[in-house]
Amino acid sequence: MSQLWPLAGVFGLLSILAVGGGSAVLPEMQALTVTTHRWLTADQFVAIYSLGQLAPGPNMLMVGVIGYRVAGVLGAVVTMLAFFLPASLLCFGAGRLWLHLAQWPWRQSLQLGLAPVAIGLMGAGALALARTSVDSLATAAIALAVVVLILRWHVNPALLILGSGAVGWLLLG
Amino acid sequence: MSDAVSPRPPIPAESAPAPPGMGTLFLTFLVLGGTTFGGGVVAYLREVLVTRRRWIDDEEFLTALEISQALPGLNAVNMAILVGDRLRGVRGAVAAGLGITLPGTAVVFVLGLLYASHGETPAVAGVLAGVGAAAAGLLAAVAVQLGRRQLTQLPDAIIVAIACVAVGGFRVSLVVILLTLAPIAVWWYRPRA
Repeated sequence: MSQLWPLAGVFGLLSILAVGGGSAVLPEMQALTVTTHRWLTADQFVAIYSLGQLAPGPNMLMVGVIGYRVAGVLGAVVTMLAFFLPASLLCFGAGRLWLHLAQWPWRQSLQLGLAPVAIGLMGAGALALARTSVDSLATAAIALAVVVLILRWHVNPALLILGSGAVGWLLLG
Repeated sequence: MSDAVSPRPPIPAESAPAPPGMGTLFLTFLVLGGTTFGGGVVAYLREVLVTRRRWIDDEEFLTALEISQALPGLNAVNMAILVGDRLRGVRGAVAAGLGITLPGTAVVFVLGLLYASHGETPAVAGVLAGVGAAAAGLLAAVAVQLGRRQLTQLPDAIIVAIACVAVGGFRVSLVVILLTLAPIAVWWYRPRA
């Protein structure tokens, strides 16, 4: 019970910080949940993120599982609301304002300036995941193969995720 | 302009079909939420909303995408909220937002419970180790794909590198980056008279 407020605080903050999508907050989420609050280990964090990759839809729905581990069903509900409500309300309000701002010159500045920040943060998210998940020659080979297959041959990411799970089961299980 | 931001435009744009019913809207986003995998959500959204259903045109889609990417939050959820609001106002935004998140939430919870009870078995640990490594590769590849333009222009590439190395390498807090690097980057692209 006592963890509900920290959960709401952490994921509410992450919601507002998630500029450029959910993966931008991965390193911060890992730092806050693993190092600061010790709700789970780095391995569990990556395992839960990996579970999220196996589910359809937007890719950060797994935050509910973190909340569930910390404080049961109530923890899951609080975490989901804290992570999705603030950004959603902001988007709803901004969506209605945005068209009024069509002539506002800073609108383009915001877009052009935030795009490279978001890309860099996504790269940082990949590094944060790799630091925990790439811990052997086999896992390094899987990660590298996925990068090449997507960039070079545009292989469907869902197939790569499933295939890597199968390879992991055979080689690492 | 003003009719485009009111919840239900009194006069729809010419040749635009009538806005969908709430049930259709919810179901469409529920199916989207249940059938898109691995970050392809945005392309799939365009296919369904613009090409197949013709609920919005390409320009409206790109505007919604622009807003989704400039604001915090998951792009797919933000898109659902914006398109839902555009079509059916507040209730449409809620229906679309819930629709796109519910299927994945249900699946991830079932997987989470299975992980809690079977996570220690070597087979499950092996599968998750493989998926975890693939997830890191996938995210890196998506960053490169989305960042093709940013990575080839020097000022942008520098901003990308600073954000990536500071947060990913030196574990600088995201708050610090958003309070320093982000304003500098926006200032770099400030409007010039």
